[in-house]
Amino acid sequence: MFNYLLRRILYAIPVLLGVNIITFLLFFAVNSPDDMARAYLGQKYVTPSAIQLWKSEHGYDVPMFYNEKASGISKVTNTLFFTKSLTLFTFNFGMSDSGRNISYDIRHRMLPSLAIAVPILLLGLLTNITMALLLIFFRQTYVEVGGAILCVILMSISSLFYIIAGQFILAKVFHWVPISGYQSGLDAVKFVILPVIVGVITGIGMGTRWYRTLFLEEQYKDYVRTARAKGLSQQRILLTHVLKNAMIPILTGLVVIIPSLFLGSLLLESFFGIPGLGSYTIDAITRQDFAIVRAMVFLGSVLYIVGLILTDISYTLVDPRVRLGSSQAGS
Amino acid sequence: MLGCRKIIVLIFISALLCIAGCRHKVLNDPHASERTQGTDNTLYTVFSDQPKTLDPAKSYSSNENVFTAQIYEPPLQYHYLLRPYQLVPLTATAVPIPRYEDQQHHPVSANASNIAYTVYTVHIKPGIFYQPHPAFVKKQGHYSNLSLSAPELKHIHTLADFKQQDTRELTADDYVYEIKRLASPRVQSPIAGFLSGYILGMKDYIQQLQKVSEKQPAECFFDLRPYPLAGARLLDRYTYEITITGKYPQFVYWLAMPFFAPIPWEADAFYSQPGMKDKNITLDWFPIGTGPYQMIENNPNAQIVLEKNPNFHEEYYPTEGMPTDKAAGFLKNAGKKLPLVDRAVYTLEKESIPHWNKFLQGYYDKSGISADSYDQAIRVTEHGQLEVSQQFRDRGIYLNTSTDPGLFYLGFNMLDPIVGGNTKRAQALRQAISIALDTEEYISIFLNGRGVSAQGPIPQGIFGSHTGEMGMNPIVYQWQGNHAQRRSLDEAKRLLAQAGYPEGREAKTGKPLLLNYDAVSTGSPDERAMVEWMRKQFAKLDIQLYVRATQYNRFQEKMRTGNAQVFFWGWTADYPDPENFLFLLYGPNGKVKHGGENAANYENSDYDALFVKMKNMENSPERQKIIDQMVAIARNDAPWMWGFNPKTFVLSHQWVSPTKPNMFANNTLKYLQVDPALRRQLQRTWNQPIFWPLWLLLIIVIALLLPVIIRYRKKQHSPPKRY
Repeated sequence: MFNYLLRRILYAIPVLLGVNIITFLLFFAVNSPDDMARAYLGQKYVTPSAIQLWKSEHGYDVPMFYNEKASGISKVTNTLFFTKSLTLFTFNFGMSDSGRNISYDIRHRMLPSLAIAVPILLLGLLTNITMALLLIFFRQTYVEVGGAILCVILMSISSLFYIIAGQFILAKVFHWVPISGYQSGLDAVKFVILPVIVGVITGIGMGTRWYRTLFLEEQYKDYVRTARAKGLSQQRILLTHVLKNAMIPILTGLVVIIPSLFLGSLLLESFFGIPGLGSYTIDAITRQDFAIVRAMVFLGSVLYIVGLILTDISYTLVDPRVRLGSSQAGS
Repeated sequence: MLGCRKIIVLIFISALLCIAGCRHKVLNDPHASERTQGTDNTLYTVFSDQPKTLDPAKSYSSNENVFTAQIYEPPLQYHYLLRPYQLVPLTATAVPIPRYEDQQHHPVSANASNIAYTVYTVHIKPGIFYQPHPAFVKKQGHYSNLSLSAPELKHIHTLADFKQQDTRELTADDYVYEIKRLASPRVQSPIAGFLSGYILGMKDYIQQLQKVSEKQPAECFFDLRPYPLAGARLLDRYTYEITITGKYPQFVYWLAMPFFAPIPWEADAFYSQPGMKDKNITLDWFPIGTGPYQMIENNPNAQIVLEKNPNFHEEYYPTEGMPTDKAAGFLKNAGKKLPLVDRAVYTLEKESIPHWNKFLQGYYDKSGISADSYDQAIRVTEHGQLEVSQQFRDRGIYLNTSTDPGLFYLGFNMLDPIVGGNTKRAQALRQAISIALDTEEYISIFLNGRGVSAQGPIPQGIFGSHTGEMGMNPIVYQWQGNHAQRRSLDEAKRLLAQAGYPEGREAKTGKPLLLNYDAVSTGSPDERAMVEWMRKQFAKLDIQLYVRATQYNRFQEKMRTGNAQVFFWGWTADYPDPENFLFLLYGPNGKVKHGGENAANYENSDYDALFVKMKNMENSPERQKIIDQMVAIARNDAPWMWGFNPKTFVLSHQWVSPTKPNMFANNTLKYLQVDPALRRQLQRTWNQPIFWPLWLLLIIVIALLLPVIIRYRKKQHSPPKRY
């Protein structure tokens, strides 16, 4: 297992490097350092010397990949790519172009993101599994048909609609919760209720159908037939046997998304005024803040890779047949 | 199973009790925790763009001025009520009267031809103190927070974590220090380049500081005190002098901007300590001033809170205003001590829908009007006047409108071989397009009427502009009865034919006239419609328009390199002087040749000569005459289709005191008053929770679940089904 993990971590390095190069090229294909300087210095009275000075102070006055004027190793290290992108591998995110400490901002924005992402995940999981089990329990009845149609309808509606409808009905008309905003500590509760409800409802259609598929697959296996032949009630078969065996894909599907919970939800955070990480990257792109863009893309890539590794590990935990790194892996 | 039932019953009863307890409580108040923390004499409002910096030497955006102007105090300010806009002292004892000198620094008269320098001597009022700040804390005569070690900083995460705070008196040296900061390479003020053309010795000073800065470690206090700047001299504790080269009467307006606000050297030393930047404790985020408010919370991702500065000096609400101000209620608080509200809470609202709904619920005191909400809020009276809708009037919401000191125009690149140049042909072509492009329609469709068609480069209300027939642009309009009427399309077509393009085709070759229109792609929902509208305007003259919508960076690059042909751009004035508009068409200010703000690259020797003459004059009939000549030349040459001056609409609740729009003063928070008791009462009335839908929901859920439960019970008692 250790060898396997080491191998996966080593594989991650070229992947992250590739992501870094692509982010770097894409960003600078659209924004030149001069553009960034102008964006920060404002639109009026900006002189070429002021632009040069800004670039020099922020380290954007060096060539992108190869510095001909430098000597020795500095030809490569004294470049924009090396100084701005490769340093991320040490998890030193540095300062944003507007002078804020990126690590500090990420730490502070992570909590509000988690405050809505974790309840949505847990409540969504509970709701979706319950609904999927109900549909299986009432298989080939009107309840199942009605439930499936409802799921398709819920899936077909844009999440933006749920947000606007939720804000209109629950906050504006019924006055149950604030329309948007956020406060830290316990005061956060009343602000996260609405986004959590919206987040859960948005995921019901897709989630229920996905879990229903998983349960259906288990439903026709031999062990279920045996349990039924032994006289076990349908309720017990579903809750004890089917649910337990379907936990493998459920858990692995969950583990892969857990790290990305830290990155938050762009749409929910924007509309509900949650100061999380979801809007951090988009704001940075709008403001042409390359330092934040590269940091967030790098962090996203790292978390995604971590998620995949955790998924592999979780296979071994929920299914004793799986051994990582051995010749029987995946059996 | 019984236990499970008990739990369900318990949850149900608890929910009922909760609902019963909440019956008369307001549940949707987003500021409830704010209210419990302090005074309710608070203004609740929004900001939509996060500030990039609150350092007065760097900040140059209106969304930042909202904050910096309440905290920092430059020596001068604009009178809140009097019009035309006029400067009055803020921390200065009087508006400085410029002194003129020749090359040898001998005094000369204001009209002398050999003026080499202008000197402004500023006297500061004694007894003004800074807000409490840890940078000023002293122990046994030594500053105790200016050389903090890493362990001492370990538990510091924000300024509030410093247990001790102190203050000190404002001195003239703080103003001199800030002027030096404008030149510092570590500060990177956006106006350093511009001011170096005026402030004596600033150009060399910038280079000197750059050399010194390179030799010093990056994370250390770059003390500017040992480096004198010829153009900013300290005369005594309360007096300093600014010397500018030549004559630039508009310079005095800069003394009302935060760029010239004081910064104590202690603040610079405090924030420059190693480790502070890593905690985001910098002058960018924690301003320090003498103004009516201090910043007590700065979370640019969510909320910014200003609180009354306990050390604020005495200042009173103006007692004189314009003749109509008393009736409008603007003098209701005359003579009262400022500021009038104790706190101001600014919440980040990026989306217009939550912002608007919270305003309607009474949780924001003031609001702009988005295009989506315009019809709900505003109605047009029988006489064509705009006023708030009946629904809003019933709620006591009132409207303030003001014309912005800026303009948006369609520019022609005067370096372009087709639309540019000062030939009669090109003039006729530009004039034809100016007539065909129906600005009034644009304002009506895309701005909901929130704009005024511009008649020239100077907006209404600024010295040099005229109203009525006198102010009309005769090239595009003609006076009919009591209003300006756009000239007919036939006249435009006639001009187009004169330009050599009858019916939109080149007379010699018969080729259709194709123009390129450069615009910034914003991605807004209206963008496509705007582009189509623009095409239609040109199509009226059978001119084909090729739209090149690009990202703002690319657009700017095209403007800098002169690759645009027809473009849409705007300008907002820095100060209320016609020079700040007319310089946009001054030849030596051309963008391509000189990197200036003349985006059309317009050059006319007569105009330029008049500009040089006008720019240094005091407002007078003679100056007005010269401006009239300049405007006439520009109208005839038509380097711009003059576009429109935007209008700002602001809605306020009845508990907010009447606020007179002042488009140049940003420090108007101190004049604003709220009635917290009335606000609380109306918020309660408007936001009572409605619970009957909960019962309805419960009935629906039971109705849906009942057949499922019945079916479940039946299934439990039936033999297992074979699949």
